[in-house]
Amino acid sequence: MEFLQYFGGVFEPVSFMLLLGGTIGGLILGATPGLSPTMAVALLIPFTFQLEATQGLILLGAAYTSTVAGGAVSAILLKIPGAPANIATALDGHEMAQAGRGTEALHVSFLASGVGGIIGVLLLIFLTPVLARWALAFGPSHLFWMAILGVTIIGSLDSRSFVKGLLSGCLGLWLSMIGYDDIQGAQRFIFHDALTGGVNIITALIGIFAIPQVIEMLAKGRIEHQVATISVGRQSLFNSLTLLARNIKALSLGTVIGSVIGLIPGVGGQIAGLLAYDQTRKFSTDPDSFGKGNPAGVIAAESANNAMVGPSLVPLLTLSIPGSPTAAVLLGGLLIHGIFPGSDLFDNYPEVAWTFINSMLVGQVLMVIFGIWVASYAARVAQVPPPVMAAAVMVLALFGSYSVQQSMGDVYIMLALGISMYFLEKVGFSAAPLVLGLILGPIAEANFIQGSMIANAMDGPVRYFLSGPLNLFLVALIIASVSWSFFSSRKQTEMVTATLDAKT
Amino acid sequence: MSANNPSTAGAGRLQHLLPACIVLLLALIVTWLSYTREPADAFLFPRLISSVMVLLAIWNVIRAAAGLARVGEGLSGKTLLNIAPGVGVMLLLVYVGAKALGFYVASFLAYLCVYSMYDPASHRDVKSWLRRLWVTALFMAVIYVLFSLLLKVQTPRGVFF
Repeated sequence: MEFLQYFGGVFEPVSFMLLLGGTIGGLILGATPGLSPTMAVALLIPFTFQLEATQGLILLGAAYTSTVAGGAVSAILLKIPGAPANIATALDGHEMAQAGRGTEALHVSFLASGVGGIIGVLLLIFLTPVLARWALAFGPSHLFWMAILGVTIIGSLDSRSFVKGLLSGCLGLWLSMIGYDDIQGAQRFIFHDALTGGVNIITALIGIFAIPQVIEMLAKGRIEHQVATISVGRQSLFNSLTLLARNIKALSLGTVIGSVIGLIPGVGGQIAGLLAYDQTRKFSTDPDSFGKGNPAGVIAAESANNAMVGPSLVPLLTLSIPGSPTAAVLLGGLLIHGIFPGSDLFDNYPEVAWTFINSMLVGQVLMVIFGIWVASYAARVAQVPPPVMAAAVMVLALFGSYSVQQSMGDVYIMLALGISMYFLEKVGFSAAPLVLGLILGPIAEANFIQGSMIANAMDGPVRYFLSGPLNLFLVALIIASVSWSFFSSRKQTEMVTATLDAKT
Repeated sequence: MSANNPSTAGAGRLQHLLPACIVLLLALIVTWLSYTREPADAFLFPRLISSVMVLLAIWNVIRAAAGLARVGEGLSGKTLLNIAPGVGVMLLLVYVGAKALGFYVASFLAYLCVYSMYDPASHRDVKSWLRRLWVTALFMAVIYVLFSLLLKVQTPRGVFF
């Protein structure tokens, strides 16, 4: 129960104000179509430079939690999911809103998010120290394979094409090698002066996640932005609580599925929400009512996508392997404050780690309280025209990337990466494995070099990297994730090709 | 051209083949540099990664050439025309304007340009211009407060503010 010792830190005036601001701001950002949680957190990182590490992480954690829940507002009222994690919410939520039950849908959505989120964070609290102790047994070869597993698993699962997913991961690993080599001091792949210091993680994150969304908003051209919103009325919270209690099965299924999905690196909230929705429908006595305004659909989807948030940080805090793209951005936030997650995080920085985790627990409660209140305003934010939003994100990306190191080189890299990523995404490449490669590259390389040195003094690299139960287990996991992705990708390609050929 | 559009299947294939070839070229350059530059120890890890990258890039080119890599929605000519002005403004802002004019002036102009170019409201209407100017000025004021006053970021000033 070590976490209880650090609970007071959350309620220090500055920390609590940041938690409150992050929660309310996150709810509004989440409700804005086009602003994903990952992009919102990436754009917030520059604002944490002036803060202490704990305070910066509280702000980022609050934004992460509430943007996922805030996405439900536009999903329910406008049928436009604020984030991919809210796709399943729109199916029944909007039907409820159209039937005059919009407030009820918002209430159960935030209540379910809160319950799912709290259980997810509790899982984070109780699992993290156990895994962190287990991670103490990891040597360089294990950490090398863990980093490679992080890239391949996300490259395999978060991509529509197996080859392109892995290639994206390799591109990220290559980007991480640009600049001066840490051990020899040798120059590597410096094609331009701007690359001398390497590719900064934060500027890369801003470019890769913000710029493609700016271009996507502009891709529609000069069209009238018409959003038919449904107004939010007043309704007793007690009725909504009763409705939630009546749908306890959907709530339990959503929470369990979201928590398990969150623990698997690379499988995000979108899958958690859709899977929970699907399973709840299958277990329902009235499956035909789903998609026609059944509150169980909203409850399952929202409890799952918020239950996923806490567990997605378990591999990040214990093994430095981010469980989702947003967790990868949070890792960037940790690194700029000089904090390296891993086995000794809870020994070296217990105050930072526990206060951050506790703040996520309190943040869930605040999210429920303010979610319902902010919902009516958040729906208006969703009506901001795309050109206004695109221009705003463009300028924020410029200032945000410059402020990291006050360097124009970073700004050049940010835009070059952002525009390249937009075109790559259009042909099936994925941003998540690229970012993971960029973040995990230095960890993989440092442990590979260290492992090679140990191997040279012992039995050679093959025996060092490919022997022992843990090494073999990790290699087997890499092979399994790649093979699974290969076969599912092949099946998908055959289906796409058959559809296209049938049309021609 | 959209890869999902049946009438443009050939163009869709080309759309995947071209980036596949560019990625292969990049992978070959990275591999060549990794195997030719010294000290060799500093390029041990790059050699490992670039070798895997080249194999995957070759596989990707073969799949694209065979028409098996048609994932992703591709880009239509209309989309390219739509994004071109906005991307042009971004490029001018970052690579020319920010240093030459200063961050705030260049950002103000870029914001106004993007907003005006993509705003469906008439360009002949004075009221809509006033609205655009007002929104741009308000947003830049927020940016100034956030970055210059709160975060104390020293931005390049250029010829103006």
